[in-house]
Order: sequence, then structure tokens, then C-alpha cells
Amino acid sequence: MAFLARKAPSLAAPIGASPAVKHMIYDDQHFAMQNSLAKLIKEKINPNVEQWEKSGNYPAHYVFKMMGQLGVFAANKPPEFGGLGRDFSMSIAIAEQIGSVDCGAIPMSVMVQSDMSTPALAQFGSQFLRDRFLRPSISGDLVSSIAVSEPHAGSDVSAIRTTARKSGSDLIINGSKMWITNGEQADWACVLVNTSSGEKSLHKNKSLVCVPLNLKGVHRSTPLDKMGMKSSDTVQLFFEDVRVPISHIIGEEGRGFTYQMAQFNDERLVTVAVGLLPLQRCINETIQYARERPIFGKTLLDQQYVQFRLAELEAELEATRSLLYRAVLARCQGEDVSMLTAMSKLKIGRLARKVTDQCLQIWGGAGYLNNNRISRAFRDFRIFSIGAGCDEVMMQIIHKTQQKRRC
Amino acid sequence: MRILVGVKRVVDYAVKIRVKPDRSGVVTEGVQHSMNPFDEIALEEAVKLKEKKLATEVVAFSLGGPKSAEVLRTALAKGADKAIHVQVSDAEAGKVESFHVAKALKKVVELEKFDAVFLGKQAIDDDSSQTAPILAGLLDWPQALYASKVEDAGNGHVKVTREIDGGLDTIKVKTPFVLSADLRLNEPRYATLPNIMKAKKKPLKNIPIKDLAVDLTPQTETIEVTEPPVRQAGGFVEDVATLVSKLKEKGFVKA
Repeated sequence: MAFLARKAPSLAAPIGASPAVKHMIYDDQHFAMQNSLAKLIKEKINPNVEQWEKSGNYPAHYVFKMMGQLGVFAANKPPEFGGLGRDFSMSIAIAEQIGSVDCGAIPMSVMVQSDMSTPALAQFGSQFLRDRFLRPSISGDLVSSIAVSEPHAGSDVSAIRTTARKSGSDLIINGSKMWITNGEQADWACVLVNTSSGEKSLHKNKSLVCVPLNLKGVHRSTPLDKMGMKSSDTVQLFFEDVRVPISHIIGEEGRGFTYQMAQFNDERLVTVAVGLLPLQRCINETIQYARERPIFGKTLLDQQYVQFRLAELEAELEATRSLLYRAVLARCQGEDVSMLTAMSKLKIGRLARKVTDQCLQIWGGAGYLNNNRISRAFRDFRIFSIGAGCDEVMMQIIHKTQQKRRC
Repeated sequence: MRILVGVKRVVDYAVKIRVKPDRSGVVTEGVQHSMNPFDEIALEEAVKLKEKKLATEVVAFSLGGPKSAEVLRTALAKGADKAIHVQVSDAEAGKVESFHVAKALKKVVELEKFDAVFLGKQAIDDDSSQTAPILAGLLDWPQALYASKVEDAGNGHVKVTREIDGGLDTIKVKTPFVLSADLRLNEPRYATLPNIMKAKKKPLKNIPIKDLAVDLTPQTETIEVTEPPVRQAGGFVEDVATLVSKLKEKGFVKA
């Protein structure tokens, strides 16, 4: 067992460690959950990550079942369907700790299920839909995907072309969805479709639909070959006359765009949370390396340029963390946090590029090797500026608020 | 059977231990702490016995400073029904020895009528392995130390397998008894979020050490704590023949 070999602090060390002062958004239970999750990750997940990254996939059902048993998917879901009815701060505490997995792919995959494919279903889904899809997703028995983007519509969600026309009591879905995380293994997907032609408005003709992925007419591409996030299975989905009952529409027909926009806010906040620990780790490991690496008769860490660089990164990371906590605090109090969310998502995207690039530079040649964790971070976290709404969309959201301002 | 389980708050096993500059001990300030891993195993076994209906109640016990309440909450989240915190100050906690803990455990056993006490075989901070045998001595109960398997043997007896050098030793003990858990007894569960939430509502009783009238006078004195010697760098040899001759030279293999 691991504890027999005392070694350097593991990267899966819990974040919490119960600070003496009151935390902005976490209490003892948040820290207890983080400790438990840290232990599970350290003992059951991290020892396999190297192999999973090398093989280009990981056993999502096995990992999700463990996560489900621990309560990872249950935190802010309704108790009637196996949830625990906690507020969003618990989801954020969990997302932060999931960042202690030794790669970016598995945290992304887990967060898809906890905060991307399920929030709208949990809030607006019918009793039937929540029993059929939400409950087994909370327990970790089912793996899900969120299917919004298409080859021709990413940031511009309203431009999606997938259609669902009615035929009796069924919907018949045709179209294609792109960048589908968990797509090779998922049992079902939360799919955004056009349920009418959109004569009135492209924002009022869409619906979110729960689609089982074993249905006739669902085709999955081979996994897309990505720059990073190697162990995550990302595919393109094709729907060819796929029949699902109309009762699979989440909430009201025609409200899909609105639901998805709300769902995006949670998705963005957990993306920020899941990025904090890995970036902290990049900084910490770089400090450790620089302390030991001799250069010009001193160490790398003795160079003032290196000190300043690392200090600035640390300050920016702390600022991003604080912005996230402020957004979460406001969201838990029922405020509209679209702008704070966009700001923190923009910052983590930018900072992920800066931290991984500047830390890699300090490592030099050693950082350029694939077996160095810093190079994996460099490849994996580039996605933070693209996924869950790219930097440019975040700036658009922020600017919309600026435009409303009258000085 | 009511089982009392001792759980100690120790520096987490993953932490790299640093010696204080004045050599009076190791640095514990600002360092991650958690439940002693062997105590986790003892607790898991007690909870399993309760799940098998062989035990009726599992109560977690910790003697320590204010922060020991954290490991008791963890124990409650992992299946203990109640918790007892025997409180000492942080300054006193640093000087507590196995003998004092055993005496406090004895008092609690007598006050609350337990049928068995489960402990870890040792704590990973001081590695003394003394609490279980001293407690068995003080209570004059049978002891089953270094347990790797626990089975019901009927009529208030328990069959315990112990890992010893070169084999297994199987013994039968009659309740009441003291048991200490070895590494391979079980694999402790993780505290789940639903159970962490439930743990908050479970009773945690605080008993100041003076209420148990346990004398904390130290029996040992720490003279100095030092880092283990740094390993010396090795050297390279040309080929196997040179390696063998070097080994012979140093007396590691017979000529």
C-alpha cells in the first residue's frame, strides 16, 4: 500500500487542509469531500494515467462508477433522483479537486457528466426523463456527452443545422455533432436540435433532447486525433433518421437555446475550477526543478528573472481563483453571473497558456520531452481557451455588459 | 458487541517529513494531517463487523488537540456511529505517549462498557506499536495483535489470523478483547459525500482529559531528533567482472 513508501508530496494532495480562517465558499464538508476525492484519485486513478494516456482512451464506466459512489455527480442534483441537493459551491470544490488527476483528459470527461450534460435535465427535465437518464448518470452507471457544436457551428450556437422533425409521437433527428467528449463510450447524449424551422427566431426554435446512443441511425466516428487530452475519447456523432419519443425533450420545446446558455455558465465555472490545481502544480514543480538545477555557479531559482516570472504567475493564478470564488458566491445567492463567469473563464484560458508556456521555458529541453508532465500540461490545457466558449466569445459577453454602461 | 476504535491524527503519509531546526521534533505546523492508515484499517474492520450484524455499535475514539475532531468526523463519515474526543491541549498532545492513551482508553471502556477495542498496529508518526498491548495488560483482556483476518468463531469467540515471520498464526480470543490491525486486514473505504453529510449529525462527545484523571507525566524524554543520513553517491564499473571483484573487495559476496 502506498503509505509504506514515504515520498515527496504527491500531486494529488488535497487542496483543503482546513484553513484556520473561514473560507469564502467552503466549509468542513467541502474539505472532507476534497480529502476523500484526493485519496481516491491518488490510489485508484493516477497510477493508471500513464498507461491510459499512452493507449489513447480510458475506461470511463469504471472511473465514473467510482466517482458516482463517492458522490461526485450527486452534489448539486435534486435528492429525488439520487442527488444531494447541495449548492453549486460543492460542485466547484469537487471540480477543483478533480484537477489533481495527472492529466487534463479525465477531469474534462468527468466534468462533462457532472456539469455539462446534466444541469438542464436536472432543473427542467420531466420525472420520466430524470428517472431514465439523470438517476443512472448520478450513480455513475451511465456515461453521457453534451452535443451542441457542429462542424459549421461552434461559438455561434444559433447556427446549428441538426433537425428534429415530428412524426406521430416521435422526433426524427438528422444531422451531425462535433467535438463530442466521451463520445466513443457514452450511453446517451444531451443534444441540441432545431425542432422548428426558426422563422421567428434562431433562439426560440431549439430544444435539448436526451438521445440514447445505441439507437438505430446513430453513428460515431473513430476518435479524433488531438494535440492533447490524449486519454479522452472525442468523436463526431452522426444522426441518420434517429427516432426518439417527443417525451425526450428536456423541459419546454423551443427553450433549448436558453437552457443551453444557462448550462454554459455552470460549465464555464467548473472549467475554471478544474484548471486551478494543474496550473498551481506547474508552478510548484517548476520551482522545485529550478531550485535543483545549477546554472552559472548558482541555481536557476537564484536568477531574479526566474523569480519574478514565477511570482507573477502565482499572483495571476490567485487573482483568477479569487474571481472564481466571487462568481460562485454570487451565483449561490441567485445573481446573474454571466459576466463574472465570462471573465474568469477568459482568465483561466489565457493563464493556462501563459503558465504552461513560461514554466516549460524554465525547464528548457527537459520540459520539451513528452515524459515530462509540463509538456503534457502545455498540450492539454491549450483547450481552455477554446472549449466551453472560446476566449473571443467570453470577451464578447463582457463587452455586451460594457456597452450597456452609460458614463 | 460494542466496539471502540482508536483513531489518531498524524502527519499524512505523503508529506515529506522535515526536522525542526532546533531538533526537538518534526515540523507539524501547516502540514497536511490525516487519520493514521492502520487506524483506518481497524475502523474498516469494525464497520464491516457491524454490517455483518456481528457488532451492534462502533464508536471512534481519539485523544489529541482540538484538530483531532477532524479525524473523528472522518471516522463518522466512514461508518462509526458515535465519536469520543478526549481533549488535551496542542502542547500536551506533543508529549502524549502510548501509556497515557492506553490509560485513557481503559477509562472510556470502563465508563461506556465496550466488548472490544480495535486499534491500528502502530501509528505512522512514532511507530511505537505499544497502545494495544499496554491496554490489553491494563484491562487484563486477551489480545489479538497484528490481525490480518478476523472471523466469527461463535459463542462470543473470534478467530484471528496473524501474519508472523515465515507463516500465519491463528488464535481464538473470547470477548472482551483488544485487537490491532495489520496492513492486509482489509482495504478501507472512501468517505462518500452522502456519508460526509450524515456524519455532521452524528454525536461527537468531548471529554477533557482531566475528567478521566489520567496523569500525563511523560515517561520518556526526547533528547534529539535528526534527519536520516543522506545516501552517498555510487560509482560506475566497467563490466561484470569488475563489479564482482569490487563486491568481493567490500566483503558483500564470499570469495
